[in-house]
Amino acid sequence: MNIREIDERMSAIDDARKNDGLDPAEISRLEAEYAELAKACENLTAHDKVFLARHRKRPKIDDYINALFEDFFIQRGDFLSKEDKSIFGGIARFHGIPVTVLGHRKGHNITESMEFNFGMPEPEGYRKALRMMKQAEKFGRPIITFIDTPGAYPGLEAEEHGQSNAISMNLAEMSALRTPVISIVTGEGSSGGALAIGVANRVYMLENAVYSVLSPEGFASILWKDGNRAAEACDLMKLTAEDLLKYGVIDGIIPEPAGGIHHDPETVYKSIERMIIKEFNRFKWMSPSDIAKERYEKFRNIDMKVR
Amino acid sequence: MGLFKHKKKNKETAVQETGSKASAKVITEPEADMDEVLNAVLEAPEQAKKKAPDPQATETFTCSECGSQHLIRDMRKVLYVCPECGKHHKISARRRMRNLVDPGTFRKLRVPVPVLNPLEYPEYEEKIQALQEKTGMDEGVLAGVGELEGRKAVIVIMGSEFLMGSMGIAVGEKVTRAFEIAEKAKLPVIIFTASGGARMQEGILSLMQMAKTSAAVKRFSSNGGLYIAVLTHPTTGGVSASFATLADITLAEPGALIGFAGPRVIEQTIGQKLPEGFQRAEYLETHGFVDEIVKRQDLRQELAKLLLLHDQKRRPTL
Repeated sequence: MNIREIDERMSAIDDARKNDGLDPAEISRLEAEYAELAKACENLTAHDKVFLARHRKRPKIDDYINALFEDFFIQRGDFLSKEDKSIFGGIARFHGIPVTVLGHRKGHNITESMEFNFGMPEPEGYRKALRMMKQAEKFGRPIITFIDTPGAYPGLEAEEHGQSNAISMNLAEMSALRTPVISIVTGEGSSGGALAIGVANRVYMLENAVYSVLSPEGFASILWKDGNRAAEACDLMKLTAEDLLKYGVIDGIIPEPAGGIHHDPETVYKSIERMIIKEFNRFKWMSPSDIAKERYEKFRNIDMKVR
Repeated sequence: MGLFKHKKKNKETAVQETGSKASAKVITEPEADMDEVLNAVLEAPEQAKKKAPDPQATETFTCSECGSQHLIRDMRKVLYVCPECGKHHKISARRRMRNLVDPGTFRKLRVPVPVLNPLEYPEYEEKIQALQEKTGMDEGVLAGVGELEGRKAVIVIMGSEFLMGSMGIAVGEKVTRAFEIAEKAKLPVIIFTASGGARMQEGILSLMQMAKTSAAVKRFSSNGGLYIAVLTHPTTGGVSASFATLADITLAEPGALIGFAGPRVIEQTIGQKLPEGFQRAEYLETHGFVDEIVKRQDLRQELAKLLLLHDQKRRPTL
């Protein structure tokens, strides 16, 4: 069974469990089957994880915001030219503490995805994100970003409006923010389009999320002139959470239930919540300049583990 | 002071590469501590080589734009700008450096970065070693300190002859170190970019160089440092979306391709042909992302002027 088949079967059992009318024998048969499927998910390949990271049913940024924060106020627009819906965020409270929360927005279905451009920001989206983050710095709010994007949008207008400049500006400005930043890669984090909201004091990844220099398709296309060799690229690219933790590029992995977060998102939300509390307790004792310095040093030495 | 200063004086008369005269030096002696900072991180200036017999010099160069033919020897004199149509052809990082700085003043930054292969990409180390031999560069970027019309600057030149000038750990580290040293020595930074972007073969660690270099620019800039970028063909992807677009002054060479995504990817995404001149330097100037497009022959002078305009000593004291 490949990961697609396993996932379909697990989802079918998920649905069946919701049905009250099942007889006990059937239930225990399904549970046994589910346990077996879960066991098959123990040794997923990088390619399997790319599949899960892009899964349609994976929670999206609005789900995380609803689950983790209260009193959410949406902020829109870059206040220069337009509102880019592929970046979603605003001000909210986490356990009573005002925070700025933002991230890529992919949408739950095709209609939404089209509206949000599949989570691929244009320069306006990055500038909106920067506007929110600079405001967070002004008011001393910690920032939490959720990364889930195939990359920055490769479009004509995006180029005309300075896609490169928007991304580089975010990288530079984020590096010096005098307020804590936590980033969580929840799905796929591809290229500069992901990093542009990911220059954080602490970077976490969900267990089945992936984070890479480019999408596996793009990687294969550039190196081998063949985008169809993506599966092969996945194995080579070292893009899983485990790989990145080994490199020292991320600080921690948030576990997912067997077969992926979509089978039981609540437990993952709880883990994220605990992680944020733990980090906030650490930041509490740090001055704004220490916080900026910590982030600078982190990226200054990001490759030290492999050197 | 002493040692290097002496050597330099001797060499100024020995090297005859650019033909440009170092103008009358008006600057005062650099402070001793700056020399100390620099001596600790810079190699001695390269000795001018005796002109070896050069069989290439009399070979023919055909312009890919207009088809006109010239001797390689003559193309070198005009910095590989076609005398007929003005097309700016590729020029190696080393040649560019020789033609840019005052003769004998360039000293390479000592940044020993071993060849790293974090992805264990097949045959990657071998490829790097072969390129090192072929290009005479240890990585995709040449960095050091040199003088322009007598004004010192940290100068970084990317070489598209080295894996498309792509940015992996070594390139990111050199660029970052260049800003750090410039900050310590209170020198401006001039970077000539030429890069296809982040280096795929080093995976996520290449992506992280974008953050590392951008943070270095930010810190340098916040402390009042001057950074001039010269965008040359091509400047795309992860380099374009990091330190290349964070300069105080942004120049570009005529016709240079500058952008985030490659034109082919954009065409595939939007399903239509791109307009003539899309992502070229002139296009960027029109859309407000370049201060000035400067012909290669004029760059040295223009950069010297910009350094003069930022001369700290010339600030009014009230």
